[in-house]
Amino acid sequence: MSELQATSGLLLAGTLFMLGLIGVLIRRNIIFMLVSVEIMLNAAGLAFIVAGSKWAQPDGQVMFIFILTMAAAEVSVGLALILQIHHQLKTLDSDAANTMKG
Amino acid sequence: MQIWLIPALPLLGSFILITLGSRLPKKLIPAVGAGSVGLSALITIITGYGFIGDSTKVIDCLVWQWIDVGGLSPAISFHLDALSLVFIFVITFVGFLIHVYSAEFMADDDGYARFFAYLNLFVCSMLTLVLADNLVLMYFGWEGVGLCSYLLIGFWYAEEKNGYAARKAFIVTRVGDTAFAIGLFMLFQNFHTLNIQDIAHQAEQQWMVGSQTAFIISLLLLGGAVGKSAQLPLQTWLPDAMAGPSPVSALIHAATMVTAGVYLIARTHVIFEFSPDALLIVGIIGTATLVLAGFAALTQFDLKRVLAYSTISQIGYMFLALGIGAWSSAIFHFMIHAFFKALLFLAAGAVIMALHHEHDMFKMGGLRKKLPLIYWTFLIGAASLAALPLFTGGFYSKDQILWLSLAGEHGNLWFFLFALLGAFVTSIYTFRMLFITFFGNEKTHVHHVPGSGMNIPLLILAGLSTVGGFIELPHSFGHFTAFSDFLKPVLPSVMVLEDFEGIEWIVQLIAAGVALSGVYVAYFFYILKPELADELKSSAADLHSFWFSGWGFDSLYDKLIVKPYVLLSNINKKDVVDKLYEAMVWLAEFFNRLLSYTQSGILRWYIMGIVLGGILLLTISLFKG
Amino acid sequence: MILILFIVILMVAGILAWMVARTSETLARWISLSALLVTFGLSVYVWKYQSSLEGQWIAQFILPWIPSFGISFSLALDGLSLLMLMLTFFLGIFSVLISWNEIKERVGFFHFNLLWVLAGITGVFLTMDLFLFYFFWEVMLIPMYFLIGIWGHENRRYAAFKFFIFTQASGLLMLLAILGLYFIHGGQTGIFTFDYFQLLDTDLSLDVARWLMLGFLAAFIVKLPVVPFHTWLPDAHSQAPTAGSLILAGLLLKTGAYGLIRFVVPLFPEASAEIAPWAMLLGVVGILYGASLAYAQTDLKRLVAYTSVSHMGFVILGVFAFNEIAMQGVVMQIITHGISTGALFVIAGTIYERIHMRDISAMSGLWKKAPFMGTVGLVFVLASLGLPGLGNFVAEFLTLIGTWPASHVLTILATIGIVLATAYSLRLMQKVFLEKTEESRSFTDFSLREKIIVIPMVVLIIWLGLFPQPVMNTVKKLIANQFNTEETIIIESDDDGVQ
Repeated sequence: MSELQATSGLLLAGTLFMLGLIGVLIRRNIIFMLVSVEIMLNAAGLAFIVAGSKWAQPDGQVMFIFILTMAAAEVSVGLALILQIHHQLKTLDSDAANTMKG
Repeated sequence: MQIWLIPALPLLGSFILITLGSRLPKKLIPAVGAGSVGLSALITIITGYGFIGDSTKVIDCLVWQWIDVGGLSPAISFHLDALSLVFIFVITFVGFLIHVYSAEFMADDDGYARFFAYLNLFVCSMLTLVLADNLVLMYFGWEGVGLCSYLLIGFWYAEEKNGYAARKAFIVTRVGDTAFAIGLFMLFQNFHTLNIQDIAHQAEQQWMVGSQTAFIISLLLLGGAVGKSAQLPLQTWLPDAMAGPSPVSALIHAATMVTAGVYLIARTHVIFEFSPDALLIVGIIGTATLVLAGFAALTQFDLKRVLAYSTISQIGYMFLALGIGAWSSAIFHFMIHAFFKALLFLAAGAVIMALHHEHDMFKMGGLRKKLPLIYWTFLIGAASLAALPLFTGGFYSKDQILWLSLAGEHGNLWFFLFALLGAFVTSIYTFRMLFITFFGNEKTHVHHVPGSGMNIPLLILAGLSTVGGFIELPHSFGHFTAFSDFLKPVLPSVMVLEDFEGIEWIVQLIAAGVALSGVYVAYFFYILKPELADELKSSAADLHSFWFSGWGFDSLYDKLIVKPYVLLSNINKKDVVDKLYEAMVWLAEFFNRLLSYTQSGILRWYIMGIVLGGILLLTISLFKG
Repeated sequence: MILILFIVILMVAGILAWMVARTSETLARWISLSALLVTFGLSVYVWKYQSSLEGQWIAQFILPWIPSFGISFSLALDGLSLLMLMLTFFLGIFSVLISWNEIKERVGFFHFNLLWVLAGITGVFLTMDLFLFYFFWEVMLIPMYFLIGIWGHENRRYAAFKFFIFTQASGLLMLLAILGLYFIHGGQTGIFTFDYFQLLDTDLSLDVARWLMLGFLAAFIVKLPVVPFHTWLPDAHSQAPTAGSLILAGLLLKTGAYGLIRFVVPLFPEASAEIAPWAMLLGVVGILYGASLAYAQTDLKRLVAYTSVSHMGFVILGVFAFNEIAMQGVVMQIITHGISTGALFVIAGTIYERIHMRDISAMSGLWKKAPFMGTVGLVFVLASLGLPGLGNFVAEFLTLIGTWPASHVLTILATIGIVLATAYSLRLMQKVFLEKTEESRSFTDFSLREKIIVIPMVVLIIWLGLFPQPVMNTVKKLIANQFNTEETIIIESDDDGVQ
């Protein structure tokens, strides 16, 4: 893989990560926040793949599989939490879940 | 004879009355109360019989070893000699008469058993005080009588002012006791013992006349004496102490407890002899007190307050006698004073009871006809107090002090003149009291005529106030010195200066004249021209109210000590030290609040925090590395 | 062997009481009571037996615990410990009796805590291993925290926290000092041990000794308490249930006094001689300051608590006067104050049970309704103002007469404290028992159970006032030993007879 491809791959990953981060920061709907977190995870995964192909090492793909598994686990826990929040607060607004503020 | 029985019997009586109390049948209560003291009196008289003819005799009685640590070994142990014999005789005998009187006087009171329990406890403490062979045990009795005085002044506890008077008495005397206690500490440091005989013995070996230590110790002991005996500057408690029942005033605040100071100084006279300066101070205090209290008594309208001030004044005479080294004269006056002052208080109590607790003399009057027996006994007491010549006990005892204050080796013309002035004032206020109460028109109806239970003690005391004086007659008149001879083994007699030899009869004549002219002044103002007395009172209203308030000592102490202390402690009720710890708590809570603002509960803020933190860390690691 | 029994009986009875309370609360009360009666009986038996012994130590018990660190389960009993134990069990019996009707919730857990506090106190008085000492120091702290925090009055949480933080913080300073001493001794001799007797021989430079002593002192003067570390006490005392106040005032404070006598002075003789004037000054400040605060209080229990501050001033004053008479006075003060203040708390508790208030300005004239209670109250009020014939007088008099050679000024000030004590004591008497009776209020006199509590206390306080010698003989050997090993300040006569 050429230099150019690696650079644009990493740029893509960075952009995706920033998009995800901005999504987490500005969205109040908790489902969208979860989706944005997924995007950030995938961006990180893409960066691993790109790096792995650049140095022709298998580690990048191994890490991606780790991330996939972790993301699956995270989504299941996250969705369960979202269900609970919706159940308790009757809303998906993350700011509503502030009963534990100092 | 076992002398420990003398204080033990009243203690037993008190114990029975406290534990069984009102469960006893009502007739038995005074029987236990008066009976126990009566038995003590009997034992005293039997024991005392052995002293007649041989007053050098001493009886020691160790009951048990109280404390024994590091050289300090006071015991519960009694020492009976001529001096303590005189005191225990007065305490048990007069005490017994007052108990008998109280049996009728207090009969209708709810706290009948309580009264006798306290009174018995008092007699026990007082006997312990005078019989103690060491100063710690004496302090024991000293505080014990203070306690009983507190309990009995506040006997009618439902009244708030009685409680106030009681607390005042306890606290003011405790100030003196503090000085006494410090005196004990110093004595122990000096002599390694607190046994009175040993101290006297060692003082004679170790000290020289004029010793600084002796001076300080004397002053400290004097402080204790001044508190208990209501002398300047701690006299303020005694007039208020009249809130107690009249028998209490008679026994505690006239006959016995208030003379404990006299006893203390007489008992430790060896120490005082090493410090002429201290003796002079004793004399000055006595003189000042006797004059001041005399003038204060002139203006009172409460019958018992007049007597209270006169007690302060008469004890002033005893202090004067001590101050000039006339030890046995002080004790002689103590004994005669105990008789006539107890008599006066008991008679006053009978009057007050007859008029339904009326204390104001100006609401009495004309009682001479209604209460003849009370009148006559009161008259005898008053005559003795005013020291009317020849037939009263008071004349002989007071005359001796007057004479020695002039002619004694430590005498001094000023002492004599002031004592004479005091005698003049005494006879004025005494007969003022008598004329207002018993002469003139009847103003309040007599409800109750006292029965024989009250009359007999009055008669006996009246007899003693008269005859009692004859056991010691002046040189110019009979020269019979049974009393001072009796005390000689304990108390040295005073030397009369040569210059004054042979003029004793002149002094007596002056004293008699002064007393009689005082009576005439009272007669003039209160019988002949009563309107003049009122005029005099209104023309010097300021002076009158100044004297009436006892020379303003109360308000002075109130402003100087009591108010500031109470104010200060009330300001600090919440404890200023705690504020320090509260400040620490506040600081911790302040930072807690500060940090807890970051805990907003908004998820996106936290993520922002993580991101910014991440960026910060990354930047740092970039620049570092 | 008997020593370990004291602790084990209490601990086991505590657990037992907790367990049986599910089925029968009365049984739990009886279990605690009988455990304390047994231990008290044992201690009296030991006291009877000890007088024939020669040396200072009556009994010893050593069991290795963590030998690799030199920690052993080492108990020893001498006269002082024995007196403290007797006081502990004596007051323990009454703390069970007084809570008989007062405590209605979680009875089992209450008695568990009560007995464990007492077990902790027993351990503190017995142990001769500094690590174990610290262990027991904490054992008595935690159940006490629960006693105040669960069964206390309206402001109990605050009081319990305050108590815990003060004691814990100062206790940690002591732990530091113990460890410091441990390592210094280990470094010097190669033997790493927490054993008291071996640590006594540690060679310390004055500089180090000063710091280590301050660590110990911190724990003890907070517990005692000495002004300005006293502010936990009024809160804890006034908020605790009656049994808690009784134990706090009667026993917990005394562990501080005990620590001063047992550890501070023997372990660091020079350093404590150096600090003595300051310690005595603090004692006198405590006497006067506590008295003035007591005078202002309107809460009955708070008032009594401040009188404790005042009376404990005499303890530190006497300990640092360094002579036999003062030290005997201190031991007497520890015992008599335990009884007299304990009794005042019992009275406050029984009044609270009847009329549910502690405000003395709202009480008055209780004497008329309850003369028995009034008489008992009078006795202990008089004890608190130091009337001769009651134990407290002997204590204060000996302390003062012993302090006099050490410092004239401080003794005079402390003696003035007795006048102030008169003022606050009589004020208490006046406001609570005297003055006009509120006729409409129903108020019953002591019940039989309450009489069983107060009568022994009255008898004992009078007995101590008239026959204090047996108590003094019990600690005589200890005090004699202490003053043989130190520079004794002999009472010097400064008479001027040979001018």
